[in-house]
Amino acid sequence: MPTVEVTRHLYRFFPALENRTIRVPAGSVADVLRAVDELAPGFSDYVLDEHGALRRHVNISLNDTVVIDRKKLSDRVPEDATLYIFQALSGG
Amino acid sequence: MSNMILLGTRKGTVIFDRSNSSWNPRPIAHAGIPVCYAARDPRNGTLWASLDHGHWGPKLSRSRDGGTTWEDVLSLKYPEGARYIVKYLPGPDFDPEAPVGQPEYKDATVFKIWNLAFGTAGQPGRLYAGTIPGGLFVSEDDGDSWALNRPLWNHESRGGDLFAGEATSENRWSGTPASIDYGVFEPGIHSIVIDPRDPLHMHVAVSSAGVLETTDGGQSWTGRNRGMLNDYMPNPESEWGHDPHCVARCPGQPTHLWQQNHCGVFYSDDGAMTWKKVSLPDAGVHFGFPIAVDAQDGRTAWVVPARADMERMAIGGGLFVARTTDGGQSWQSFRSGLPQENAYDIVLRHGLDVCGDSLCFGSTTGNVYLSEDRGETWRCLGYHFPPVYSVRFG
Repeated sequence: MPTVEVTRHLYRFFPALENRTIRVPAGSVADVLRAVDELAPGFSDYVLDEHGALRRHVNISLNDTVVIDRKKLSDRVPEDATLYIFQALSGG
Repeated sequence: MSNMILLGTRKGTVIFDRSNSSWNPRPIAHAGIPVCYAARDPRNGTLWASLDHGHWGPKLSRSRDGGTTWEDVLSLKYPEGARYIVKYLPGPDFDPEAPVGQPEYKDATVFKIWNLAFGTAGQPGRLYAGTIPGGLFVSEDDGDSWALNRPLWNHESRGGDLFAGEATSENRWSGTPASIDYGVFEPGIHSIVIDPRDPLHMHVAVSSAGVLETTDGGQSWTGRNRGMLNDYMPNPESEWGHDPHCVARCPGQPTHLWQQNHCGVFYSDDGAMTWKKVSLPDAGVHFGFPIAVDAQDGRTAWVVPARADMERMAIGGGLFVARTTDGGQSWQSFRSGLPQENAYDIVLRHGLDVCGDSLCFGSTTGNVYLSEDRGETWRCLGYHFPPVYSVRFG
């Protein structure tokens, strides 16, 4: 199962995600985020807008590759991947 | 008399409590998070803060225990199919004579929850939120759920009902410079003023479009910009394109409304059916952002003037508050207790409030000043706060 690493800034709002390893079923990036949202309800609102697109100042990478599809989050997350959710350094 | 002042600041929510004659700030809430507006619902005492997360999107936060604890409220969201016609900041190649092209549509997303307003005493649970990009949201359950007011969103001045299909009219709403921080140039609703006599009657102010009125609880809206002058536009008397910085209504005389913008101070004593320019540039009363109106006397208002438009600082390095008691025919300036040298403060649109004889304002320089004699003398409540976005008595 893929592992999800979340920026520690989000622990402030979702303490349930801190001090644990987050493993969820493989699928698309959208599927993975839905699974994280089940662990921490409301999480999606922090990283996605109301259309399900990645917020402007948020980045997601699969291992060390930034995801390509920021709108529909269709990039596949392999079983052994780590998905990182972090702030973009573009400001904000 | 109020016992609480709430500040929305660049670094969180600051609450002052009054103890006899002193006002004491609590440790900052929402530490590190920009709060563009904070206010107390007078009906039930709930405190509200609009969080302007740079990364995580706009959120509302609510406290039902007087600010001891806060909870996230479910984000308000534009419904599927909510679109608007994009406007761009004119660039160097802008040609005002060029034919209007095909409208470019964009799906709406909430960039900023700029303002909150509370329904009347007879409407428990009714809240309003004004947003960038120009949607008014309404809650009937104290903020647990929100719905977009579609008649305003679908107004003919924005191109008509874009849920249904193509635009049926021209989009006359332009962007607000306040949206540029979000990488867009979209309109925003920053003022929501409800008629305390009639909950179906309210005005909203849109930057940059103007003032609109509903008399049927938001089912239909009409522009109310007659008498407004937009001296930087090709047609100064254009119905749309105005940039009201803030609109305030007198609760005791609800037909008296005030606003200030780039082009002056404007006053209406007929419920915004007509506006009169009442600024006195020679007295420094012309440009500024906030405006406050007395609760009983609709002819009495206060402004914190600034040097327009190119500087946006206190005039001549000296900060002052101006008050009129005759509907803007004359203005008195008050400087006692305010810095008169090397002051560069600017007070933003929600940064001034009045409650009885008390007024309070906060500046982007982090200074907060209080008057308890109707603005005539001032004392500082602190010089080192983060940049202040809003000030509201609780």
